[in-house]
Amino acid sequence: MAEAVANKMQGPQGPKPKRIISGRNIVLYGFLIVAALYWLLPLYVMVVTSLKGLPEVRMGNIFSPPMEITFEPWVKAWDSACTGLYCEGLKVGFWNSIKILIPSTVISIIIASVNGYALSFWRFKGSEIFFTILLFGAFIPYQVMLYPLVIILRELGLFSSLGGVVLVHTIFGMPILTLLFRNYFAGVPDELFKAARVDGAGFWRIFFQIMLPMSLPIFVVAIILQVTGIWNDFLFGIIYAGTTNFPMTVQLNNIVNSTQGVKEYNVNMAATLLTGALPLIVYFVSGKLFVRGIAAGAVKG
Amino acid sequence: MPSFFRQIEQKTWWKRRPKILRNLSAKIAALPMIAVALVGFVGCSVWSIVYSFTSSKSLPKERFVGFKQYDRLFDSSRWQTSVENVAVYGICSLVFSLVVGFLLAVALDQKIRFENTFRTIFLYPFALSFIVTGLVWQWLLNADFGVAQVIRDIGFTSFELNILSNRDYAIYAIIIAGLWQGTGFVMALMLAGLRGIDQDIWKASRVDGIPAWRTYLFIVIPMMKPVFITTLVIIASGIVKVFDLVVALTAGGPGGSSELPAKYVYDFMFGRANLGQALAASTVMLTTVLIILIPWAYLEFSHKKDSENG
Repeated sequence: MAEAVANKMQGPQGPKPKRIISGRNIVLYGFLIVAALYWLLPLYVMVVTSLKGLPEVRMGNIFSPPMEITFEPWVKAWDSACTGLYCEGLKVGFWNSIKILIPSTVISIIIASVNGYALSFWRFKGSEIFFTILLFGAFIPYQVMLYPLVIILRELGLFSSLGGVVLVHTIFGMPILTLLFRNYFAGVPDELFKAARVDGAGFWRIFFQIMLPMSLPIFVVAIILQVTGIWNDFLFGIIYAGTTNFPMTVQLNNIVNSTQGVKEYNVNMAATLLTGALPLIVYFVSGKLFVRGIAAGAVKG
Repeated sequence: MPSFFRQIEQKTWWKRRPKILRNLSAKIAALPMIAVALVGFVGCSVWSIVYSFTSSKSLPKERFVGFKQYDRLFDSSRWQTSVENVAVYGICSLVFSLVVGFLLAVALDQKIRFENTFRTIFLYPFALSFIVTGLVWQWLLNADFGVAQVIRDIGFTSFELNILSNRDYAIYAIIIAGLWQGTGFVMALMLAGLRGIDQDIWKASRVDGIPAWRTYLFIVIPMMKPVFITTLVIIASGIVKVFDLVVALTAGGPGGSSELPAKYVYDFMFGRANLGQALAASTVMLTTVLIILIPWAYLEFSHKKDSENG
């Protein structure tokens, strides 16, 4: 289904335009350009504000380009901006986010890919019921599960640690990822699987030697989905990671919203851009795969 | 019929092993999923519901007090504000994101130039964190230096735009920011839906001389009903969860006027050490989601069953 959605994104369709300059085209492009400007404006304002000195920010117009470009706000945001008590900048949060991101992405994708494979080819009694419960879990408000998870993590000795937040990301990533892999493997011809069975290959052998090599694209989609999702998380980071492991989003919010005294808007915008940089890069580089990822997350198969 | 055959086939494959050992690797591999589904989702939800009937303060205690927490919840003016806000936020986001998202998708579907560029522009905020979105809009809507100052510079010297510090309008700031982030996603889903429609419709309507807008309104939109419903469910279940955006943009202020249920739960759970109250609020949230979800799941499921049989 996800693939179908992505394919449908490719060719432009619909009724044919007649002339290049026509009333219809003026309205059409006018609408699109106005909308595009509205959507680009915040990004533009972030960039120009982050490159201005504080006096210029206070004097001038937020839309005007900087008269004197300075990278000081960026350096300060990264290195020495204050988050309430500490003045170590966003770099701490950046590395924490990386430390959370890599194991969470790897573990959740490994588990979900095996699950998706088992659900497509090795159904057992009850497997569909568990899967339905899992999918329902994707819609349950996180608030219902926050406190019981605190207790579980405390019992496991993982509360307020990197391990805890990784586990939580693995749990909440599971529904969408399992769905993604299940739908992908459901598209793999049954004959392929049966041939391997006849040749005597078992569960793991078929997975590693046949399914893995042919499912690289869906792994890329899953990675995109998880990297952007985990990087952008705030709620789990603030609850389960513990103060020393706060991810970048939490630190960003602390820098901007808990400053006392003079608000340094340029530093704030540089910090915001730094936090948004990784998902934006992923988005612009991956292009259609990103769309495919979110469509897969959204459109049921 | 084919699934019937498959069942027989599988049964013969595993005939000689005891029941529980059949398909053992798959069962082992599915253990994490089973654990997450049962312990994580079902177990945790049930635990929260049960403890919402207790008078737990900072730690869970089995002192059951019936519906007292719920009485207190519905009497609380902060909760009432939260519910009103989420209703306003929900209705505005649903209407605007569906209308604008659909219009953008239709515009992109007109064989235009730079389609990819436009689509990339509309969708990029969706890649960002709600915290990032919240902070950008906090800056843009800043009463002293933001867009308001630009309008004052143009010549409207007495222009005031202080929606972030106005009790009545703070929630609209959150709506504006939320729409900026989410509309592109709706557009992407709608575009996929439009591309999924049989293109012969267009030929037929042109032959009949029906104008394009009427074709969209009376033929295409009814055909896209499943896409609309799925989108609706996704946005709606997202609306209930909104948390980061408020924290970053207004922190619930001014004076608690832009509180939302998710933040209410968080504050009572971790800030005010009033667990019973937080769990009652979260149970109400869960109930609301189930009310949206169950009819939809039922429709989806029965629909699928029909198409499999037919």
